[in-house]
Amino acid sequence: MAGNTEPLSPRAKLAVTAGKAAAAVSRAAGRGSGSVIGGRVALKLDPDLLGRLAQHLDVILVSATNGKTTTTRLIAEALGAAGPVVSNALGANMPAGITSALAGGSDAKFGVIEVDEKYLAGVARDTTPKAIALLNLSRDQLDRAAETRMMAEHWREGLSGSKAVIIANADDPLVVWAASSSPNVVWVAAGQAWKDDAWSCPSCGGVMQRPGEDWFCGQCGFRRPAPSWALNGDYVLDPHGSAWPIHLQLPGRANKANAASSAAVAAVFGVPPQVALERMYQVQAVAGRYDVVTFQNRELRLLLAKNPAGWLETFSLIDPPPTPVILSVNARGADGTDTSWLWDVDYTQLAGHPIFVLGDRKLDLAVRLEVAGLDFRVCENLDEAVQYAPPGRIEVIANYTAFQDLRRRVGN
Amino acid sequence: MSNNGLRLVWVYPDLLSTYGDQGNALVVERRARQRGLDVQRVDVRSDQPVPTSGDIYLIGGGEDRPQRLAAERLRRDGGLSRAASNGAIIFSVCAGYQILGHEFINDLGEREQGLGLLDVVSTRGEGARCVGDVLADIDPHLGLEALTGFENHQGVTHLGPTARPFARVRFGRGNGTGDGTEGAYNDTVFGTYMHGPVMARNPQIADHLLKLALDVNALPPTDDRWYEALRAERIASATQPA
Repeated sequence: MAGNTEPLSPRAKLAVTAGKAAAAVSRAAGRGSGSVIGGRVALKLDPDLLGRLAQHLDVILVSATNGKTTTTRLIAEALGAAGPVVSNALGANMPAGITSALAGGSDAKFGVIEVDEKYLAGVARDTTPKAIALLNLSRDQLDRAAETRMMAEHWREGLSGSKAVIIANADDPLVVWAASSSPNVVWVAAGQAWKDDAWSCPSCGGVMQRPGEDWFCGQCGFRRPAPSWALNGDYVLDPHGSAWPIHLQLPGRANKANAASSAAVAAVFGVPPQVALERMYQVQAVAGRYDVVTFQNRELRLLLAKNPAGWLETFSLIDPPPTPVILSVNARGADGTDTSWLWDVDYTQLAGHPIFVLGDRKLDLAVRLEVAGLDFRVCENLDEAVQYAPPGRIEVIANYTAFQDLRRRVGN
Repeated sequence: MSNNGLRLVWVYPDLLSTYGDQGNALVVERRARQRGLDVQRVDVRSDQPVPTSGDIYLIGGGEDRPQRLAAERLRRDGGLSRAASNGAIIFSVCAGYQILGHEFINDLGEREQGLGLLDVVSTRGEGARCVGDVLADIDPHLGLEALTGFENHQGVTHLGPTARPFARVRFGRGNGTGDGTEGAYNDTVFGTYMHGPVMARNPQIADHLLKLALDVNALPPTDDRWYEALRAERIASATQPA
């Protein structure tokens, strides 16, 4: 536990101070929170700073393709029952942003850290975490990211020597492959609606069989491990078989899954599931996601969906037709510059909704929806879409930079 | 084409459907139905036999390991090769394109045998990965409008004497051989590096395959305004430096 009370070295202290100063300058210049620039400055002065800061904390790492920002928030909220928490709550999830976040919490007991998938192995090495939560892996930004199975392999190698308790989703074969080289794994049946990145066995390449909720490789015997925790509808089942109700302000099945994983993490640190789940109710919007805002006298719910798996989960949580839906897609650097993934999303699920399309790549979406046989209207901007939308709350679904654009437009 | 309508076969979605190329199947199916055709779409997983009686076969791109597994299973199955010798139309993208050639470099760095349905040989490029928007002119013999697509590959594909270049690039890399060629084709088998997916950006190619399969010279027109708007935007974008 966080028993190491050795103070930071003068060099580390200097690095923290310099980082904070750089962040303040960046903030003053109106360039966001400054956490990334601050972290970069600090790491330059003391490359081992992340490890030094982590020494004083019980570190929990959270990684996944989808849901890592929200789950980090849920875990931070739950662990608040056991002591002060420092966290990179704004989603700055690479080493500089993480360093900056930890530097801001000198009297914390827990460090709950969201980590970009690509950096997990390195951050796990630097911070000696007590627990690592692995939620899911699926295709994302294929124009620049490593292959999905290679990412699982990278995790597997990076975590094989870790002493951390790994809390892993038993329903995602790629996550199971990544986690199963570790000696201490808590399996959570958290579900995984998207299945199209795990039809071939990550171990031997055989064709995966997926009857019902189960999965196994017909060739080598790699199979779903028996979970000790499970999401069951609106309940979390703990290892003793007790069912605890999930009350969240956050919508959707995926967030219930995130809550189940978070409860399993909290239990590692002695926080009982009912206490953890009650505390999770406090979490409202996470970095603007799921926020309901008023814009031009209309209610808009802002939903972020960055990749096919994310869109699939998002479609399952929106209000039924005739609720109007606005879709916005960009293909800037942070989104991935290839829009082909739109064709891996089953847009026919939006049948019956009035649909409005915007964003840099609205024409790609228009062709996608036309081929899906849907009616839609292409709009120049959010104002126009809202103006044409029929009455009722509007669901707004956008990918990463499109989502940031929307938040700026609605003043959120 | 049989009396039961157009048989559209989507080969190995479990292995070769990573870059949205199933959009090609969706576009061909949609455009066939818009012309009043019955379409029977068959998705064949890699543990199932590839039917030999299809009219149009589509194969997509995939990652390196699934590509090797797909080549092994297609060679062992033999169905796609038999369909090709029956005169079926086959359209392939990226990893699928390489598999249809004589050989390619697999994920283990070894030479992997392909199906030899296209007279091409693929190697792995030494330079940076080819990633980005492409604009190319399709072989004038085919009488099709310009090709727009998105490439994302490390492969270099050399054409043998019986394969014709599918297109010549104006912007982008294509086959990566430095001679400006993009893709390859013979009478019934086509290969390209273009994603996007390629049919969504180039419905003229989907129609070309339908005409070949139906053995007709023309198809009833469709409302293509969104395709046309997208094409205009992507062509303009490809001609501008990033």
